[in-house]
Amino acid sequence: MRRTLPLLACLFLASCGKDDSASKGQTLLVGYTASLTGKLSVESTRQTQGLSLWVERVNAAGGIKLADGRVLKVASKFYDDESNQDRVQELYTRLVNDDHADFLVSPYSSGLTSSASVIAEQYGKVMISAGAASDSNYAQGFQHVFQVYTPASRYLVGALDLVSATAPDAKKIAIVHENDKFSSDVAKALDAYARAKGFSVVLDEGYDSSTTDFAPFLNKVQQSGADAILGGGHFQDGSTFARQLAEKGVKARFLALLVAPPEPGFGELGTAALGVLGPSQWEPQVSFTAEAAKAAGVAWFGPTAAEFVEAYKAAHKEEPSYHAAGGYVAGLLLEEAIARAGTIDGEAVRKALESTDLFTFFGRSKFDASEAAHGLQVGHEMVLVQWQKGPAGKLLKQVVWPPQGRTAEPLVR
Amino acid sequence: MIARLLPSLVDGVLIGVIYGLAAMGLTLIFGVMNVINLSHGSMIAMGMFGVYALFTGAGLNPFVGVAAVAALGLVAGVLVYAVAVHRVRNAPHLSGLLATFAVNMILMGLGTRFLSTNFRNVDFSLGSFALGPVTVTGTRLAACGCAALVTGLLYGFLYRTRAGKEIRAVANDRAAAELVGIRSTRVLALSFGLGTSLAAVAGGLIATLFPFTVLSGGTYELKSFVIVVLGGLGNPLGALIGGVLLGLVEGAVPIFLEASWVPVIEFALFVLVLLVRPQGLLGARR
Repeated sequence: MRRTLPLLACLFLASCGKDDSASKGQTLLVGYTASLTGKLSVESTRQTQGLSLWVERVNAAGGIKLADGRVLKVASKFYDDESNQDRVQELYTRLVNDDHADFLVSPYSSGLTSSASVIAEQYGKVMISAGAASDSNYAQGFQHVFQVYTPASRYLVGALDLVSATAPDAKKIAIVHENDKFSSDVAKALDAYARAKGFSVVLDEGYDSSTTDFAPFLNKVQQSGADAILGGGHFQDGSTFARQLAEKGVKARFLALLVAPPEPGFGELGTAALGVLGPSQWEPQVSFTAEAAKAAGVAWFGPTAAEFVEAYKAAHKEEPSYHAAGGYVAGLLLEEAIARAGTIDGEAVRKALESTDLFTFFGRSKFDASEAAHGLQVGHEMVLVQWQKGPAGKLLKQVVWPPQGRTAEPLVR
Repeated sequence: MIARLLPSLVDGVLIGVIYGLAAMGLTLIFGVMNVINLSHGSMIAMGMFGVYALFTGAGLNPFVGVAAVAALGLVAGVLVYAVAVHRVRNAPHLSGLLATFAVNMILMGLGTRFLSTNFRNVDFSLGSFALGPVTVTGTRLAACGCAALVTGLLYGFLYRTRAGKEIRAVANDRAAAELVGIRSTRVLALSFGLGTSLAAVAGGLIATLFPFTVLSGGTYELKSFVIVVLGGLGNPLGALIGGVLLGLVEGAVPIFLEASWVPVIEFALFVLVLLVRPQGLLGARR
């Protein structure tokens, strides 16, 4: 009896443990940093709001359901990185070592994500890069980083196609871009594309990320006689550039800027925003449907665009921008890969992500699994938005490119 | 070529006068009490936030708000003098540097904590007008006009009023000024207040032109140092001329080179002046 009692006790405890995991399920921790302060706060806050909404909704639906019947709840942990690259490395190391995050989501921006990617790779943690479009991050040989956005090299080529189609005589373009990783990648690809399409690049120059006085660039653009100005960087500098261009009365038929125009707050610039084009990863008007996915022979996953917009509006009292949608979809892609892998084992989920090919409300998502560009987004396509006057004279964001997804004709400034 | 240069040079001069005003604050304090004020940047930032708060909170025209910011800057400066600078007024240079650096760190820390490092913007436009090849924006012209007006008022004060003459007397020789009955502590406090007020006004004017954060003052503090060295440490008129020169460099360099060369050339000029003419272009006049 003396011998059997401890054995029974052990068996009882073991069975308790088993029952516990079966009834309560496991909780997986998703770690990330957000730029609540600093230069990138506008875009990053949207992304964080999107990601938090995914966490809420996946838990409200019971959790992530695995094939073996287990259900995983999702917890998240994040820190403010102050839009600072040095803080990112420090905080992601903390997320992995101290908080024991199972999976990571990137900060907003390519610059910050490149820092986080090094940590994710070093510790072998799967990281979904939500708001980071730079192509070069995926040429580093990282095996654990997967990109949600269409890469930077494809950001502004649609704008040039629109210029060609709308005003074939507009041949002179000026490229003025932020000197960071993402915008430089965009500008490099744009320059090559413009020359190949027969445009004359009359100005191609970068500005420091901290620039607030664009006067030297405005004067140069004005003197170059450019028909189209393309470039920008992020929300802060892009909106300042647009405001100063309007204030100085610089005339160009087209103005296309990165990142800033799709944000709802850009419309607050008033007349300075009128006619400004911006590439967008997603817009509420562009609705990808389960039927379209079926027609393309690809699986559908997650809520419809209308469901996402409704839930986001209920939570945040504003229209979601593509940054918010990107945050949500980062969670969604992770959820689908975990569910398919049937485990939270990092290696199994990484393998599942490599074979991801599906449609969500954000569009198609598929990752490059080759050595040369591992994790690069190859399935998703962008649209081009433009701020136009609505029926009541209020500024509205319209989708103007590609033609098949158009909600309004493009406006020449 | 002139048509290419002119718009940039005009923009450069207009912003240069505002830079000069900020530098005047720095050089006035050094000229009177031999203290290099490292809290200059945070005072510029305070001016920016002052104008922003009055504009967004009370709907006050930013160029009117600048007048309130000038008064607040004066009070803040006298307060900083009483708390941090008065005790070290006779100590070696390093003590003044450290005392004002500490004030700077405290203000930056408080600002970051309570105002965050997010960008703010005084959304105020006066449109623009064209004169031949030059297009001038209304806010830039008005900000430059305000800076020139404040400079004129400062000179009027220093040369036409008793308090101003006392400041100049203390700057020339504090011991001799005290011997003829000038209460130097009061004069030093007033000078620090005036210097701070100039920084705050410059900050307020810059806020009408460009977006800013709590940390933006640092950029203009660095510019102020370059200008002060250019014009001659302790010489307010030199600071104004230095400011315009720096504005011209900022305007002209991007015509010939990429704009990212501007800081390289600015600081190369800084080192060059220190090597060749350490007393500055106009020399130090106390």
